[in-house]
Amino acid sequence: MHEHDAPDSHLPLEETSELTYYEQRVEAIQALLIEKGLLSADDVRRAVEAMDARSPAVGARVIARAWVDPHFKQHLLVDAKAAIATLGIDVDTWSTLVAVENTPTIHNVVVCTLCSCYPRSLLGVPPDWYKSLNYRARVVKEPRTVLKEFGLELASDMEVRVYDSTADMRYLVIPQRPAGTEGLSEEALAELVTRDSMIGVTQARGPQR
Amino acid sequence: MQYQPGDRVRIRVASPPGHYRTPTYIQGKIGVIEAVHGAFRNPETLAYGGDGRPKQPLYLVRFDQTHIWAHAESAEPAPFGQNDRLLIDIYEHWLEPAPEE
Repeated sequence: MHEHDAPDSHLPLEETSELTYYEQRVEAIQALLIEKGLLSADDVRRAVEAMDARSPAVGARVIARAWVDPHFKQHLLVDAKAAIATLGIDVDTWSTLVAVENTPTIHNVVVCTLCSCYPRSLLGVPPDWYKSLNYRARVVKEPRTVLKEFGLELASDMEVRVYDSTADMRYLVIPQRPAGTEGLSEEALAELVTRDSMIGVTQARGPQR
Repeated sequence: MQYQPGDRVRIRVASPPGHYRTPTYIQGKIGVIEAVHGAFRNPETLAYGGDGRPKQPLYLVRFDQTHIWAHAESAEPAPFGQNDRLLIDIYEHWLEPAPEE
């Protein structure tokens, strides 16, 4: 044991990363807006808090309803925002939403190769991997390899449909309702609908787990 | 709307200066109009403080994976299946009628 060669575990923790150009620009604009009284620091904090508070629970509620109500599901597939508004959810500020349905022969998965477009209103803040270059570059080119890394292996004769959301549309995957869930309530079904199953990198959870 | 669902289209090959939302990997490829989304403001001028008008028709275009990534077909294990598809949103000014088969 060479004590003197060991890294000093008592070095002070320091902020090392420097702000990027765009971070500096945002900070400058924000400081100016606050200085001019156009908004307050609390307005900014509140907006961030509201964004972070959105969660996949909203999407799960929509999917569970689609599983139990065929008319709602049909409406969701034709005009997703209008269908969701019937649940009392405020969709006024949402981007155009398109719901795509997984079936025994079709599996859908969503990506944004250009940036990180994501149905935040329904799913909250996207996971880091969704924004990674690795996922974005590879899922369009080798979808089955990527899905396998997520633990999902699909029959070779199934049709995997990758949606690259490059524009104004946001895509929501309706996972297949798991077998053995016939007796479950809508609330219990919503518990089986995970974020990843609505992106399409996995299926909804089974009722046992 | 110049195109209807079922029409065969080719994605233009271009690299105009500034912001555009047609990825290189799909340029020059031939697909089929899957759906017409409607008209949306053009991101190529919106990105620079413009109003994005006139609005551009936006389409969902469907491609066979075997067409886009022809060279990858023989890889093991298969990166995609023979029936797999890619669907992507493309503005009308990036589309042109596909040449006859």
